[in-house]
Amino acid sequence: MAFDKLELNDIEVWDGNHAAAQALRQAQVDVVSAYPITPSTAIVEGYAKFKSDNLVEGEFVMVESEHAAMSGCIGAAAAGGRVATATASQGLALMAETLYQASGMRLPIILNIVNRALAAPLNVNCDHSDMYMVRDSGWIQFDAFSPQEAYDLNLIAFRVSEDHSVRLPAVVNQDGFLTSHTAQGIHTLTDDAAFNFVGEYKPMNDMLDFEHPVTHGVQTEEDWHFEHKARQHSDTMNIVPGKIDEVFAAFEELSGRKYNQVETYNMEDAEVAVVCMGSSVETAREVAGEMRAKGIKAGVVGLRVVRPFPFMKIAEILKDVKAVAALDRSAPGGAAGMLFNEIAGSLFNTDSKMLLSGYIYGLGGRDLTKKHLVDLYTELQANADAGKLLTQQQQFIGVRGPKLAFL
Amino acid sequence: MANTGWDEFEIGAMLRTFDGEAGDIASTLQEDRNYTQNSSFSASVADWRLEKPVFNKDYCIDCQFCWVYCPDISIISRDKKMIGIDMDHCKGCGICVEVCPTNPKSLLMFPEQADEETEIAGWPAKEDKEK
Repeated sequence: MAFDKLELNDIEVWDGNHAAAQALRQAQVDVVSAYPITPSTAIVEGYAKFKSDNLVEGEFVMVESEHAAMSGCIGAAAAGGRVATATASQGLALMAETLYQASGMRLPIILNIVNRALAAPLNVNCDHSDMYMVRDSGWIQFDAFSPQEAYDLNLIAFRVSEDHSVRLPAVVNQDGFLTSHTAQGIHTLTDDAAFNFVGEYKPMNDMLDFEHPVTHGVQTEEDWHFEHKARQHSDTMNIVPGKIDEVFAAFEELSGRKYNQVETYNMEDAEVAVVCMGSSVETAREVAGEMRAKGIKAGVVGLRVVRPFPFMKIAEILKDVKAVAALDRSAPGGAAGMLFNEIAGSLFNTDSKMLLSGYIYGLGGRDLTKKHLVDLYTELQANADAGKLLTQQQQFIGVRGPKLAFL
Repeated sequence: MANTGWDEFEIGAMLRTFDGEAGDIASTLQEDRNYTQNSSFSASVADWRLEKPVFNKDYCIDCQFCWVYCPDISIISRDKKMIGIDMDHCKGCGICVEVCPTNPKSLLMFPEQADEETEIAGWPAKEDKEK
């Protein structure tokens, strides 16, 4: 069955959702099994439209829930297809059980999470509580800070995830509305260049290989479960980071766009730095530049790969920084934020004397303004000058009412 | 298999049914198939059973009802002749006995520890049907 190719302009005006949908089309995904949820719907809707316009040769499976959507993806991936879907927030929560099935079964599925707050109170806007909820699910997690990156990282994710040495599913995160519904000029790849980069899907232990019947999703109890999980973690820690670097390098060669597991801006001589994710990275970059003009050596670290967490790279980048703020866009639920904890873990057994403080911000789509970041860098500089934390370790940014500080 | 380490198995919660290619599996009898140790055919689940069926071939008419109805493919039949029961996989559900149409039945349930020859020697006689 033939399908038509699209002639794209070198630069197209796409929002993050459409950029992701175009990447699914160019990767020639075989099966999208999906259930709609704001703000991710346009991704799977986009694929469905491409299918009805004969621009992909695949199946769109409309199911009754997100649990069924990921279950459909798992079945299709076990059968031997290239598979992707998208969801957000409550939808991801309903998917949670099946996410662990997908990673444990070592099935390469690409899931676009368009980050959105978790109810209650019900909220459709961006924070990272959905991303954080599934951070231990065994999936590789990429984070896009812009629509361009949502496009690029989808193509990159297929190639990493499907590699036979990896065979782990991957999430591509982007900020709900802030990225998913914000249009920008996207540097495109031609259909042929994009597909050649991702490559033909190479099945492994697929159920449609009738000469080699396999049972997927077997049960193991105390005698085998631990060995399976150990193997999965070992591959995640030892194989995935190198494969990501290799694919990032290949993508740079093709597109000229360079990605790193940890993105850094003005970090070479930085004395104070902000570590954050999503669209906040671009805001922080702009403010860091302005702080430099005021004589504060400000830098920004953007986490591109959330899992496997780039522990050693973070330690190397931050080791000489005097004061660092970890910005977590998720309600911490009775603990320090995830970034605070991971960064603290990265630096703990080193000689670094870094002063680390954690900030909870932006819940439910609350804006992180330049003013917030100016104040934040100023506070970090005061910590650096004093040689000790002048505040408590956990604070809230941008919330109304009396100042909140903990720990 | 039981003592291998985390680095010694194929990835994924995945098990192979056969060693090598399956080949012409439809026309290969179970006992001639190259099942792996991981296949459920290689594993005995006899200890799941509390009662067992005993087969008395003296009354069997080879109707194949038991073969059709057995939910565990545990009735062994060759060339449409009933041979016996796969006692490694029979769970003792009793469906074969229930569907057996002969008089007396050619299959009856007995406690797991019952002696087969003794039970066959004492097999019930034909029942007179009420008219």
